[in-house]
Amino acid sequence: MSKIIPVLTVLVALIVIWYAAAVKMNSTWTYDQAERAGSEVTISELITDTMSQKRPLLPAPHQIMAELWDTTVEKKITSKRSMVYQGSITLKTTLLGFGFGIVIGIALATVIVLSRIGRLTLMPWAIISQTIPIVALAPIIVVLSNAVGTGTLMVPKAIIAAYLSFYPVLVSMVKGLQSPDQMQLDLLKTYGASQSEVFWKLRLPSSMPYFFASLKVSVAAAFVGAVVAELSTSAIAGLGARMLIGSQFGEPMIMWAALFAAAILAAILIFLVGGFEKLARNLMGGRAV
Amino acid sequence: MKKPVIDAQNVDLTFQTNDGPVHALKDVNLQINKGDFVSFIGPSGCGKTTFLRCIAGLETPTGGSLTVNGLTPEEARKSRSYGYVFQAAGLYPWRTIAGNIKLPLEIMDFPKAEMDKRVEKVLDLVDLKGFGKKYPWQLSGGMQQRASIARALAFDAEILLMDEPFGALDEIVRDKLNEELLKLWAATNKTIGFVTHSIPEAVYLSTKIVVMSPRPGRITDVIESPLPKERPLDIRDTPEFIEIAHRVRDGLRAGHEA
Repeated sequence: MSKIIPVLTVLVALIVIWYAAAVKMNSTWTYDQAERAGSEVTISELITDTMSQKRPLLPAPHQIMAELWDTTVEKKITSKRSMVYQGSITLKTTLLGFGFGIVIGIALATVIVLSRIGRLTLMPWAIISQTIPIVALAPIIVVLSNAVGTGTLMVPKAIIAAYLSFYPVLVSMVKGLQSPDQMQLDLLKTYGASQSEVFWKLRLPSSMPYFFASLKVSVAAAFVGAVVAELSTSAIAGLGARMLIGSQFGEPMIMWAALFAAAILAAILIFLVGGFEKLARNLMGGRAV
Repeated sequence: MKKPVIDAQNVDLTFQTNDGPVHALKDVNLQINKGDFVSFIGPSGCGKTTFLRCIAGLETPTGGSLTVNGLTPEEARKSRSYGYVFQAAGLYPWRTIAGNIKLPLEIMDFPKAEMDKRVEKVLDLVDLKGFGKKYPWQLSGGMQQRASIARALAFDAEILLMDEPFGALDEIVRDKLNEELLKLWAATNKTIGFVTHSIPEAVYLSTKIVVMSPRPGRITDVIESPLPKERPLDIRDTPEFIEIAHRVRDGLRAGHEA
């Protein structure tokens, strides 16, 4: 309970500020309309009008919630206007990219930890890869994957998501796989353990806490990657595409609803990864931290 | 006379560091017979741990000859001649106590049924019966160290090498474990190499006390203990005990002045 109160306080403060900002930002339109009609605007008229415009500059929170409700619960899931439908496409991209990201991250980390050549050659490139703006890279990835004939837009989108999500896994796994100290390594040496036994019995299990810590960052990165991919590959479906459509067609409600849907989806993903982490920790005999 | 289990002749070890060569061991001569309990005592940097690591084949001497059962340490390690106990228990937190004891057995490809039998046996030996299913964090520091001794005993190596195994424990627990270690040694008749900082511990446990001193690491005295094999804790108040302890202290002091 004591955790909830500060969170709620901040939330209420944000909503109050938001409403005030909505009144201020949408008032220009209200005053323009009144001037054209040659009428005066009272304070109460101003407030009701700024809360209920069809295309406000800044929609009020309850308008966004209404739009979100309308596009998730009221609309059929098969409808193109359903946020559930659009969200599911983004989710699919995210999970595909996340999966690829995990596999690539672990594979690269393994090579880097086990071979000196890998460490010298791969790590600098992994770092450089993250300095290139993904927005610049996205169209290139689309063109190239089209050229090799992947057919759908799903593949390049997943590649873009994976591109962002492999890095946290890589960095954490390198650290995790190197976490056993000299004593632990010496102990296995006294048993005459082979390199692969050291890896499977010591390095990999030791790296798990690092791995799970990275998953939360990585899944968020994959999600951002998926949305950015939808924005920058002229995709027609997905939450990113909805945001783009909202902005291009002057439908702020769609934009804001897509943004909120994205935030909620990301929160759910991180929550699920957290649950998965707890489960794994229990299975590995960990005590509650 | 029978052949010693561990035979060191003029063992030298020099580490090359950025500050020039460090003489970790110089002219170490020592014979350890089967069933001996040998303690290595000396100040930090005297090479006692290094020498134990040489026996284990974790370091390679740069000069002299060192054999374990007539083999090189490297070969002896591969033929599973010894179990090694470190200062920290180093149990895997993701394995149960039984799982930890199985670790060397898995690497050495013991059959499954044999593993379970051995785990039971060594848990009994270190007085941890019934703790097999617990995880390391559920055990006290002393119990964790006993589990790590059980792990070193599991594959029934002839030699037990212990590097300050009780160094991180408080004195009460340490006394108890010392007593238990002697019982264990009597029950298994293993050859034990034991590194310690503590004079009473060395005198209480050993049949042979090797006093070492630093710069360069070398042996300054080897004391054959006249104490009987059966040793209750209060043997530490007898004149014989105090006399040996005195000689160890003198040896340590002489090493420092040199």
